Amino acid sequence: MTTDERIVVTATINGEERTWLSSSRDSLLEALRERIGLTGAKEGCNNGNCGACSVLMDGRLVNSCLVMAAECEGANITTVEGLAEGDELHPLQTAFLEEAALQCGICTPGFLISSKALLDWKPNPSEEEIRFWLAGNLCRCTGYDKIIRAVEKAAEEMRS
Amino acid sequence: MVATPEKPNTDKPAYKVVGTRPVRPDGVDKVTGRAEYGADIKLEGMLYGAVLRSPHAHARIKRIDTSKAEALPGVKAVATHADFPKQESGSLDLGEGSANPLWLVENVLAGSKVLYHGHAVAAVAATDLHIAEDALALIEVEYEVLPFVIDVREAMLPNAPILLDDLRTNVRAKGVDTPKDVPTNIALHMRLEKGDIEQGFADADVVIEREYTTAQAHQGYIEPQNGTAFWNRDGQLTIWCSTQGIFSVRSQCATLLGLPESQVRVIPKEIGGGFGGKLTVYLEPIAAVLSKKSHRPVKMWMPRADIIRATGPTSATHNRVKIGVKRDGTITAAEVNLAYAAGAYPGSPVGAGALCALAPYDIANQRIDGFDVVTNTPKTQAYRAPGAPASEHAVEATLDELAEQLDMDPMELRLKNAAHEGGTNSAGQPWPRIGATAVMEAIKNHPHYTSELHGEDTGRGVALGFWFNGGMESSSSATVNSDGTVSLILGSVDIGGSRASLAMQLAETLGLTLDEVHPHIVDTDSVGWTGVTGGSRTTFAGGWVAYDLGEEIKKRVVERAARMWDVETDVVSYADGVITGPPDADNNPRSMTFKEIAKQLQRTGGLIAVSATSRRNTQGAAFAGHIVDLHVDRETGKVEILRYTAIQDVGTAIHPSYVEGQLQGGVAQGVGMALNEEYYYDDEGHVVNASLLDYRMPVANDLPMIDTQLVEVPNPGHPYGVRGVGEAPIVPPAPAIRNAIYDAIGVRMYDMPMSPRRILEELGPQNGSAS
Repeated sequence: MTTDERIVVTATINGEERTWLSSSRDSLLEALRERIGLTGAKEGCNNGNCGACSVLMDGRLVNSCLVMAAECEGANITTVEGLAEGDELHPLQTAFLEEAALQCGICTPGFLISSKALLDWKPNPSEEEIRFWLAGNLCRCTGYDKIIRAVEKAAEEMRS
Repeated sequence: MVATPEKPNTDKPAYKVVGTRPVRPDGVDKVTGRAEYGADIKLEGMLYGAVLRSPHAHARIKRIDTSKAEALPGVKAVATHADFPKQESGSLDLGEGSANPLWLVENVLAGSKVLYHGHAVAAVAATDLHIAEDALALIEVEYEVLPFVIDVREAMLPNAPILLDDLRTNVRAKGVDTPKDVPTNIALHMRLEKGDIEQGFADADVVIEREYTTAQAHQGYIEPQNGTAFWNRDGQLTIWCSTQGIFSVRSQCATLLGLPESQVRVIPKEIGGGFGGKLTVYLEPIAAVLSKKSHRPVKMWMPRADIIRATGPTSATHNRVKIGVKRDGTITAAEVNLAYAAGAYPGSPVGAGALCALAPYDIANQRIDGFDVVTNTPKTQAYRAPGAPASEHAVEATLDELAEQLDMDPMELRLKNAAHEGGTNSAGQPWPRIGATAVMEAIKNHPHYTSELHGEDTGRGVALGFWFNGGMESSSSATVNSDGTVSLILGSVDIGGSRASLAMQLAETLGLTLDEVHPHIVDTDSVGWTGVTGGSRTTFAGGWVAYDLGEEIKKRVVERAARMWDVETDVVSYADGVITGPPDADNNPRSMTFKEIAKQLQRTGGLIAVSATSRRNTQGAAFAGHIVDLHVDRETGKVEILRYTAIQDVGTAIHPSYVEGQLQGGVAQGVGMALNEEYYYDDEGHVVNASLLDYRMPVANDLPMIDTQLVEVPNPGHPYGVRGVGEAPIVPPAPAIRNAIYDAIGVRMYDMPMSPRRILEELGPQNGSAS
């Protein structure tokens, strides 16, 4: 049986410094959802296959289920809750709504974060590049068609 | 006999809201992470639950000792089968299918036997999930391991290991004798028959018979099953969960826990996909028992490996099809034999599979036999058009071979035999207005079908798909607010846009915009009984209710206006959100907008609140037709989808974007079923690919854009012509792909999935690249 230590972690989450008490066995996903109360990142598989828990850690796309909470000391984390600014939705969020790129919506936070990471890195990706980049995010409802179109639309919007 | 209408009526009125593509009412919550799904709940004092599962495919439980787990600090309760009251055999309605409470409780937590690898055995609630998981390791279970059977054909053999000692075959087949009173794994033998099948085959010029297998595939919803329960000291049980049917969860939990339904309240959370897999309960009753014992709320959700091992795959099947045709393409007879693995307890969707098998075609002489067979695999659950993909695959694949033998275009063969209004289905019921011919014509005329296909090892295939769609009962209420908006209270959970599709139908009826109708999904105490979100019934049945609510509101608004103007109601009219009466004494025209009268309702007799229930079964059947182009890599056996077109008779598309989305999503699941998805069992009956890496669902770069063509043949049994959309599109992909693979490399595939390994096996050592 693993020993379970209590540890204090401080990190910047969506621009706000947060300090919380974690178990040494908590993943970042568990910490976000069960300790901090940010439930936008979802658990779909807990082993890095579905991408529903995608967040940005110091600007890098990670599966938060594969990051230990204790590793996040001093890190800068962006979750889906941090995408919109004030009254303004992020262009990806608007495009997902307008293109009907979600049905049940459980994978949507992961797709939004993953797509943001793509567009931050490459503002004008081809359809093929979008499809390969998003291959780590599973969606079972949409067949991906409208998601790809939404990312293309948001990219165009963000370039203009 | 009514003549076949060559051109079905596709006229529809000019709508203002129906047919537009507004942003869905729950959209912002779902793109900002605010939407609350089942596992997002947090309650004061909440515990976390975890489940211990069987390491064996089949074993007798000799002893369970939970004392060490109970002693672990932080553990607050432990549950086993012994905590549930004894059940009687019966039938609980699950919306799509039913469950015998005797078996349902055994599936929730095993009694004397475990019947599959991953079968739930015991559960723990603790202050922390990690502690609960630690405690599972402290539970001692002594098993007597038994022989097991995974394959449906082997399970039907007389010497097969028996899963359920009391099971006897229920024979619902005319002319078949009831077998002897001996234990069996065959729970049901059913038969549909019409015409004279022997004569039909005698009249045929060409007869072919083929056998097919399909693999166990999982619904693959991304959100794990979950359930949170609080059993208050006053005896009231509250359950929060992600389910396709709150009332179904209520009746299942009440029955399994021995409570009156009034003592159970089910509060729906957002649901992250279901596809039929979230109709039955797994964790909810366990969380309830753990809460009763600990006096604290208990939250549970399933690890992904448990979801794959212990929740709802569809049946693995073994099917035989024999079809006879005349030279001119007329089908004279068809014989279909379906064996469906039900998993651990009876209840495969073989009945629906049988009804769907030949549904797109008008065949005078036919016999369909179906067998429901228990196996040491997870209890199957409904999965999108339950039962239909396997049976229709067998028929569509056989038709393709017949077309080749007759040297006929595969669509011509189908058109020649298309089901039509006035004909009858396999159960002998007459068809109302249906779109079978319209869809087949649309395929034939589609630029994809008529285009040239180039490239080596590249092929094209087509196939049809059919699903009945559901009607059943839905209830709603609506309140006119003083600001001129309407609150729409729903009992149907929203799995993919039903808030939008139902609110749009109410808005259309009242001449309002979608923004002026606010849909809310509420708990079992706050709305009338409503069936599950499944079977492609919600937009149909809920739409009927929305229409009825709108008509009732209009009637009351007109009555109110008449009273305010002091005129008779029959001289007041309502159109496009405006109430118009006769001119006043000075001959000034009199009218009010809905917003204007709403503001005055409270002062003129009170606000208007209405409720309605619909249990109409006038839903229209859905026909889908798909065209696929693909390339087969002879070296790896990998199939690449190059182009895909999904055509479907959708009745009326209320929100076309979400209708297209249903087609595209169905195609993706169908492609997964066709090419990759299956369970791998080792020699001990263990599922060895219980992860989303090894259970390989399509990802974004496995698919091209999926073109859709919505054929709209309005359903005459619905005010807006809704038919139901979601199920049918999962049916055609596998046979269309199979037919395209033949076109590409000249190999006929009889076993699904058509994975690289199977394709390489079929290509054999003669395969050019392999030599």
